[in-house]
Amino acid sequence: MDKNNKVIYGVFTDPDVTLAAVKALRREGVRIKEVYCPFPVHGLDEAMGYKPTNISVSAFVFGATGCSLAALMIWYMNIHDWPMNIGGKPSFSFAENFPAFVPVLFESTVLLAAHGMIATFYFVTKLFPGFPGRNPDKRSTDDRFVMEIDLSEQSLSEDDIKRLLQKYGASEINHP
Amino acid sequence: MHGESPFRKPLILGDKSYHQITEDICRPIEQRAGKLYYVAFALAFTALLWGVGLIAYLIGTGVGVWGLNRTVNWAWDITNFVWWVGIGHAGTLISAILLLFRQRWRMSINRSAEAMTIFAVICAAMFPLIHMGRIWVSYWTLPLPNQFGPLWVNFNSALLWDVFAITTYFTVSLGFWYTGLIPDFATVRDRQTIPFMKIIYRITAMGWTGRVKDWQRFEEVSLVLAGLSTPLVLSVHSVVSFDFATSVIPGWHTTIFPPYFVAGAIFSGFAMVLTLLLVMRKVLHLEDYITIYHVENMNKIIIVTGSIVGVAYITELFISWYSGVMYEQYAFINRATGPLSWSYWIMMSCNVISPQLFWIKKLRTNLLFTFIMSLVVNVGMWFERFVIIVTSLHRDFLPSAWTMFYPTYVDIGIFIGSLGIFFTLFLLFSRTFPVIAMAELKSILKISGEAQKQKQAVLEPEHAQH
Repeated sequence: MDKNNKVIYGVFTDPDVTLAAVKALRREGVRIKEVYCPFPVHGLDEAMGYKPTNISVSAFVFGATGCSLAALMIWYMNIHDWPMNIGGKPSFSFAENFPAFVPVLFESTVLLAAHGMIATFYFVTKLFPGFPGRNPDKRSTDDRFVMEIDLSEQSLSEDDIKRLLQKYGASEINHP
Repeated sequence: MHGESPFRKPLILGDKSYHQITEDICRPIEQRAGKLYYVAFALAFTALLWGVGLIAYLIGTGVGVWGLNRTVNWAWDITNFVWWVGIGHAGTLISAILLLFRQRWRMSINRSAEAMTIFAVICAAMFPLIHMGRIWVSYWTLPLPNQFGPLWVNFNSALLWDVFAITTYFTVSLGFWYTGLIPDFATVRDRQTIPFMKIIYRITAMGWTGRVKDWQRFEEVSLVLAGLSTPLVLSVHSVVSFDFATSVIPGWHTTIFPPYFVAGAIFSGFAMVLTLLLVMRKVLHLEDYITIYHVENMNKIIIVTGSIVGVAYITELFISWYSGVMYEQYAFINRATGPLSWSYWIMMSCNVISPQLFWIKKLRTNLLFTFIMSLVVNVGMWFERFVIIVTSLHRDFLPSAWTMFYPTYVDIGIFIGSLGIFFTLFLLFSRTFPVIAMAELKSILKISGEAQKQKQAVLEPEHAQH
């Protein structure tokens, strides 16, 4: 039997059964390549052995950048390059005028933080208009939880894995 | 099992399966629309064309075609601007603030409420732009050097803050909304059989696959974006209110404006959400997802924000008397008893008195009454902005400069046109987008579905006794 790049799919219909199956199969020594879900199942990331995502760091970095760039822009335009004296209220230093600059600093922080984070998310998740959906079973965006198991990297035999999948509640076992 | 108290009302009625949710929400996209839809669309689109024509006339001729004059230099245009921005606020409140508070009932309404936000902000942003008169120099509001020398925009000006606030609000709302849509677009994509539809939804779904890591990031991104949008939405209407509050016009120059405007914005926004959703749930057969319980919750928010607005009106009156400033006092006497007092009393009765009827449970769970009230509130909130803007301006410091304001057909037509733009966009949305966040709703089906809750109560009867 050709064991190279052979993949089987265990299809589940319930999120809790899927979660329990992932935990049980991993305990039995099966290496699960991926689970495609129609909605987020809480605890599944942990059960798969994933670390918590640190994508929110990107929001902080972009936000800090936005705030600094806005401060630099305001300082250059209104303090350094062309200080205006409006109604006898001159703007000769950034500190003196700081309260009036808060709204723009805040909006610029949020603007860059939000868009930077969204862009980071699209980039690391490989989302771009027109990319094909790479989920192997089309029902995995509807009501099925599809567990992908690569047989080439298993210590157990194919039959053992199939038996385990059945035992832990897979409704079907498919070959691509 | 992570069950929920059986005393909590179900959020999804009937015995739904995950697949049934997909079917129910994809149906409007995949089926032909009824006759009524085309009638509504034709009406909205006619209004849009009428508005666009008048905008072209306004830009070609100048803002003189409006009823503005030297004393009343802001009137319907800025009223419409503030009204539309305010309407937008409910969408962000539902999707961001209710997410932070873990309110599950938001999941049936957040998608369409956010769509409403986007369309309302489009309508809003149009008004300051056309009010500039020379729209081709609108780029002067951007931080670019003025072409007549190294003069920059003034960062001390509330009007410039507004440019930044509205731009940020619009683009961030759009990004938040679209990011939430991607998994649902993937659901739609994976069920299409017609090649054209396949291509369209393949583009919009951006290749979403729903891997565990994707969902983990997705949830984190949603949470952080909600955290960013919450102060953002509160800041936007505060900044809009600064346009007035930082001036020295009696009736505008008050520190109460930011919280009062934000409460009013949420108040009118929820009214507009109700107007749209009460029709949408009937037409698209979504009664099982947008239930009476959802409507009742929204009505409760209307009572709270309506009461805040009422307190603000009375506080304003008291402070104008207490200030001892005669111009300030006159501004309020003129509002209540002057030639435009009818608009003041429309505002008072629509915004302060009528929402109090929602204290009666029978009324706030009655759909027809809620629908009528949602229209009443929106009328009231439009008049609130009209009262603030026009009655404060038309009798200013020098009696020799006092005038009246009369709208021309261009004023009225562009307002109707903005309604046309809004409803055209919303009608298009309702037949091409998944109008309910399917993935989110599926994630609470086992906890908040009606049949699932009943099963839960049978399995764990000891819960029912506590």
